[in-house]
Amino acid sequence: MTDIQLWTLIFVGLTFSVYIYVAYASRVTDTAGFYVAGGGIPAPANGAAIAADWMSAASFISMAGIIALSSNGYSGSAYLIGWTGGYVLLAMLLAPYLRKFGKFTVPDFVGDRYNETARLIAVLCAIVISVTYVVGQMAGVGVVFSRFLGVNTTVGVLLGMAIVFFYAVLGGMKGITWTQVCQYSVLIVAYMIPAFAISAKITDIPVPQIGFGKILEELEALQAELGFGEYTAALTGSSQLNMFLLTATLIFGTAGLPHVIVRFYTAKNVRAARYSALWALFFIALLYTTAPTVAAFAKFNILGASSTGDLASQSWFDTWADVGLITGPGGEAVADLNGNGAIDFLGGPGNEAVINNDILVLASPEIAGLPAPIVGLVAAGALAAALSTASGLLLVISSSVANDVYHKRINPLADERKQLRVARISMAVAVVAAGYLGIHPPGFAAQVVALAFGLGAASFFPVMVLGIFWKKCTAAGAASGMGVGIVMTMAYFVWTLPAETAPIFLGRDPIMDIAPVGFGFIAMIVNFVVTIAVSQFTTKPSAEMQALVEEVRFPGQTDLVARHAQTGDVG
Amino acid sequence: MDEEARRAYWRRNLRLMTVLLTIWAIVAFGCGIFFADALNKIEVGGFPLGFWFAQQGTILVFLALIAVYVWRMDRLDKEFGIDTYEEEVQGS
Repeated sequence: MTDIQLWTLIFVGLTFSVYIYVAYASRVTDTAGFYVAGGGIPAPANGAAIAADWMSAASFISMAGIIALSSNGYSGSAYLIGWTGGYVLLAMLLAPYLRKFGKFTVPDFVGDRYNETARLIAVLCAIVISVTYVVGQMAGVGVVFSRFLGVNTTVGVLLGMAIVFFYAVLGGMKGITWTQVCQYSVLIVAYMIPAFAISAKITDIPVPQIGFGKILEELEALQAELGFGEYTAALTGSSQLNMFLLTATLIFGTAGLPHVIVRFYTAKNVRAARYSALWALFFIALLYTTAPTVAAFAKFNILGASSTGDLASQSWFDTWADVGLITGPGGEAVADLNGNGAIDFLGGPGNEAVINNDILVLASPEIAGLPAPIVGLVAAGALAAALSTASGLLLVISSSVANDVYHKRINPLADERKQLRVARISMAVAVVAAGYLGIHPPGFAAQVVALAFGLGAASFFPVMVLGIFWKKCTAAGAASGMGVGIVMTMAYFVWTLPAETAPIFLGRDPIMDIAPVGFGFIAMIVNFVVTIAVSQFTTKPSAEMQALVEEVRFPGQTDLVARHAQTGDVG
Repeated sequence: MDEEARRAYWRRNLRLMTVLLTIWAIVAFGCGIFFADALNKIEVGGFPLGFWFAQQGTILVFLALIAVYVWRMDRLDKEFGIDTYEEEVQGS
């Protein structure tokens, strides 16, 4: 066992024990605890939990690599703006009002505000979005285990499943929330330490957000020398338009993802829900403002080494070439193709190395020459990011089934104990199913994760916002808007995604050059138009419902909302 | 609280939101994407400004916008005498 494996084992063992202890200490006995942690989580803790819930394997492991390794460093900014901008919308358009509404799930709001047809469409959307998303997280857990500990990917996924099973089934939302607070602490420390160390080493300024301004000029020179595009250049023309569409889809998708929205039900009250959004974005911003610095410093180091012909002599280069994450241009083993005695990493013809996006963050402590314990900590951080997101998604799946289908549709008379048992069973089934899909990921998994954001934007966002801000928005309007939004998004994906990844995909050319990942924004606008248009001609909501909507807009105690929360009765 | 006051509260909330969301849209899509090329001609602390907005500035502005919203809503709540908040959730 190498030093790195030993330290990884120590950190992973340590953090997993903490998660198990926290889960045991916060086990629950009622449905309010299981679904929304009793609605009693203080704002800073809720904010940290939202941040951990939100920042997935993709944010932690892949994002910096996407920014650094595309030819132009600026183009990856779509993810930075897109995955933070949605919180402004959540804070002002959704969080306070949903907390006042005081229910358990996103379909709960849709079903109570509109009707049962709308509820079922919402359940379907929530499950499709969460399942596509959770598969990637479980696969991420397996990958971290196999790379750092050398164990089989399947064993890694099973280990991750076992731990999520323990705290999610036992503690529901309460267990998940407090575990996520711990997971956030682990992942942010793991991400920041290498970033600060690298910045101090290269620029003498320990704050990377300031330090990376000092290397941009040299980085531009290296980019030009080795045939890459200008690192900081903005996009123009149709790539600018596609960047806008992608950013907008990610923003509105964030504000429409059920595992994020549901977190505002767990706040203590309306005021705490507003503060939760503020804390959440603060905690997220710590990582998201650091990610582009990690990207720039890593690119700077890699290009510097390539320029002087020292790339292959870097210790991390061999480590990752051995596991096949640095390859030759055709996917074969790295080789000195032109026989000049060095491996050349270039932006154009003659390139001899392809570096996988995912290794940049994982290798950053080694690139900066930090000791083995830090590498182990980064592995534990990556696992925390993947597991925390997986558990939030699993809760959405199980609560949609247990609360919205079983309790609301099949057996409304079920008592508290029976509901809780069904919730635990559906959670257990969801964990096992997610684990199975993580071990055998469908071939098109990578493409459908982007679909989750498109669907979130095209389905939930418009009907939630209109449900609060427009009293006369009707059930028929909402149901048709959601339906059209989902069908359009799905259809465009089927039309454009590569035909070889799944038999139903057609692999046709995009319409008007619109990339499929940016299509959700267009479908969202159509959803808005359809919902508003249909609402003009259909039966207006009852006077009681309109009064209830007015009360939801008001943060103090009101009679109708209190009675509605207790009994589900509008009248 | 009577209906008149509640309507006034809602109008004030809407006005605050409109201002903040307008700034949000200009910064996210304007400074970050559509005006990024033009802003790149200005350099601050080693950063071309458009690039800085896209990778740092937008996120900081988003954070500031939520902070202002939370602060102003607290003040608005106080002005309208709201000191107890609804803490009910279903079934508890």
